[in-house]
Amino acid sequence: MLRQHQIRDDKDFSGCSIFGMINLEGKKVDGAPIIKAIANMKERSNGLGGGFAAYGIYPELSDLYAFHMMFDDERARVETEEFMCASFYMEKAEIIPTRPHRGVSDPPLLWRYFLLPREELLDGEAEDDFVVRAVMHINERIEGAFVFSSGKNMGVFKGVGYPEDIARFFLLDEYEAYTWVGHGRFPTNTQGWWGGAHPFNILDWSVVHNGEISSYGINVRYLEMYGYKCTLHTDTEVIAYAVDLLVRRHRLSIEDMSKVLAAPLWEEIDRMPPEERKIHTALRQTYSSLLMNGPFSIIISNNYQMIGLTDRIRLRPLVAGTRGNMVYISSEEAPMHLVDDSIEHTWIPQGGVPIVAELKKKKIVEEPPEMELLREEALP
Amino acid sequence: MKSYLLPEFIIERNDYRCIRCEVCVRQCAFEVHRYDEEEDEVFADESKCVGCLRCVTLCPTNALVVRENPTRIPQNYNWTMDYLMDAYKQAETGGVLLTGMGCDRGYPIYWDHIVLDASQVTNPSIDPLREPMELRTYLGAKPDQLEIKSHKGKASLETRLTPQLKLETPILFSAISYGAISYNTCESLARAAHELGTYYNTGEGGLHKNLYKYGKNTICQVASGRFGVHADYLEVAAALEIKIGQGAKPGIGGHLPGEKVTAEISRTRMIPKGTDALSPAPHHDIYSIEDLAQLIYALKEATHWEKPVSVKIAAVHNSAAIASGIVRAGADIVALDGIRGGTGAAPTRIRDNVGIPIELALASVDTRLREEGIRNRASIVIAGGIRNSGDVIKAIALGADAVYLGTAALVAMGCHVCQKCYTGKCNWGIATQDPYLSKRLNPDIGTRRLVNMINGWSHEIKEMLGGMGINAIESLRGNRLRLRGVGLNQKELDILGIRHAGE
Repeated sequence: MLRQHQIRDDKDFSGCSIFGMINLEGKKVDGAPIIKAIANMKERSNGLGGGFAAYGIYPELSDLYAFHMMFDDERARVETEEFMCASFYMEKAEIIPTRPHRGVSDPPLLWRYFLLPREELLDGEAEDDFVVRAVMHINERIEGAFVFSSGKNMGVFKGVGYPEDIARFFLLDEYEAYTWVGHGRFPTNTQGWWGGAHPFNILDWSVVHNGEISSYGINVRYLEMYGYKCTLHTDTEVIAYAVDLLVRRHRLSIEDMSKVLAAPLWEEIDRMPPEERKIHTALRQTYSSLLMNGPFSIIISNNYQMIGLTDRIRLRPLVAGTRGNMVYISSEEAPMHLVDDSIEHTWIPQGGVPIVAELKKKKIVEEPPEMELLREEALP
Repeated sequence: MKSYLLPEFIIERNDYRCIRCEVCVRQCAFEVHRYDEEEDEVFADESKCVGCLRCVTLCPTNALVVRENPTRIPQNYNWTMDYLMDAYKQAETGGVLLTGMGCDRGYPIYWDHIVLDASQVTNPSIDPLREPMELRTYLGAKPDQLEIKSHKGKASLETRLTPQLKLETPILFSAISYGAISYNTCESLARAAHELGTYYNTGEGGLHKNLYKYGKNTICQVASGRFGVHADYLEVAAALEIKIGQGAKPGIGGHLPGEKVTAEISRTRMIPKGTDALSPAPHHDIYSIEDLAQLIYALKEATHWEKPVSVKIAAVHNSAAIASGIVRAGADIVALDGIRGGTGAAPTRIRDNVGIPIELALASVDTRLREEGIRNRASIVIAGGIRNSGDVIKAIALGADAVYLGTAALVAMGCHVCQKCYTGKCNWGIATQDPYLSKRLNPDIGTRRLVNMINGWSHEIKEMLGGMGINAIESLRGNRLRLRGVGLNQKELDILGIRHAGE
């Protein structure tokens, strides 16, 4: 009954930079702009972690789950491939192309696989659930193997180093994506582990995160009841799993999901009209263990959305900006201007109110509040 | 037969200070003090003193000191004075030793070996005087998931939640029956619960008609004796609780000595006046878990599925498995009562030797329900040994949804934990039915004292939450990472699911 994993290492503590950009028409750009943007916030990271998620990078293999793998050694690779072959059709396996960079040392073995679950093993289970179980199995059971990306037509690239160095190491200037999300990390207690860098990913969900989740302990224990194994001991991982549980499995809308992670105060709920009050009361009652308490700003992304969110009392920075079909979300405003000098407007979203940018439908949930227009205030 | 019992306490009276006002004489229901008019002196029969300190507290000139009798047999680790005196008592009476309140033996108090976390640098602590800080808690079964449908941009909730109890602070007043305590004490608890936005529990003694108006803040108990259980009683409650066991006396039923069964009590309990109200050890309609399920659903059916049903058990060795069964049997709340839980009357040997500390029971029950994936299906409320807001917040971090206060609530009203509740002579007017004594507790003041104490605790809980960078109690519930053990062995840490300080 008393399993060893009951008592886990503390989560990591980190200050960070985050940046995300999406083209709502799905037009792709290479990695150069996001590298420039994240490098501009160098002061927010300390060289102990950087990473990116890119959507739309594998168009010719877009029906297959792209597993990006880190292996400590060949034995872990062989063991993982045996497991994969038993569970999946493997369309392609290759070493992830990299080029040596002096800012990046001791990389693990980096491989990617394009997989499809074996139909005979599905037995009525949804493909996505099958893949989640497989990811949990590899991460928990296979020593020295770690799945750091498992979505379709997207990929996460991350490691120990400054984010711009990691980007060059992974040749990200050669990939083209319609959504780019980046992260620079400033951990205070890292062991310099590649898997600990952001983004965290499950299926096509990726999360980059600036902050610390004070409720981590209970978030993990709740997610464990639903079969998620939090093997990475980082609070960002729990956000990725929480989003997967709420949106994919429980089919909540993005807005309702964000009201679970950053719940309105009870006194706000008490003032809502009856039906709304009923919904929000039920959300807080049911998902109280998934309230993300403590300072955070996050960018959550999937194959067609990019969502920015801060904690409900807004203890970490987040700025948004738009121009034409481009939507940007960033820790700071300057990099947005650096990337796009004709950006149309920028604003600071309210705490707990999500910014949702969706492909094709140009939909931004929150209208920029007039008084908080940064452009007039911050720029001469 | 000459009694070999020595007085437990020595009473020292400062004759220079004593003004012969006779307050002590009138206040002591045990008739310790006696004023001799001829000699103009106050004498004390120390053999009757129970150490409740009523006389000391009320003496207007601070003329009295009550202290433990220092007389001891030759030093002996095995035969302490307590055990010696108990043996004499039984040799003289041939009876079962009775006592009141919770176990006073030196079992480890884990609350005192657990410390809390606070934020530094990477995570700002929150100041509850300037920022919102939420303690609201809902007790009851929570669904596995919610279904929200959207028609034409209007969202509607498809999942129907089962009834919930709304608490403004995660503290309730524990089950203490009318009979064990006076009417004024019951009224104080009811009014305080009402004012605080929380609940009190009737215990197994039924509910006095005058208190029906506080029904929205009342949890009505159904115990093996079924005292005072009838349709109106079930109907008026906010929630129902099936009492299987009590931490002070696991394995046996409630005891109310006949001396305490007055006319009002007899009417409320629906038993003859002056008879001992002894609840059977088991519920005679519950010999296994499926029978419990039947009673749970019978109560739900009887109250139109409008009230959550709690099942209270004493914390014993296999509480985790029992709790799992209780949740699967349909209970909305599992109440756990630990070895230090109080009582109005219990056999001393049972109180002091049966059951396990609540901290361990809570940790193992919470862990077990999570392992089985059913933790959301019931709330956990714990009782037995909560002394202050530090204990409350540690209990919540270990996994409790809320805590029951029994002894602490009585202490707020004046109880000095002398453990003589079973005599019915409570000098503080709490555990008594003697009108002369019970009028000492003015319900206005009793209510005020309870409300004050809980408000104070709630403020302290908010401060500690804020210090941890948390602004809603639910983010601490079961968040054992915010706890560390001090001076505990590995086994204890494993069971509590916490790490040692410094790790």
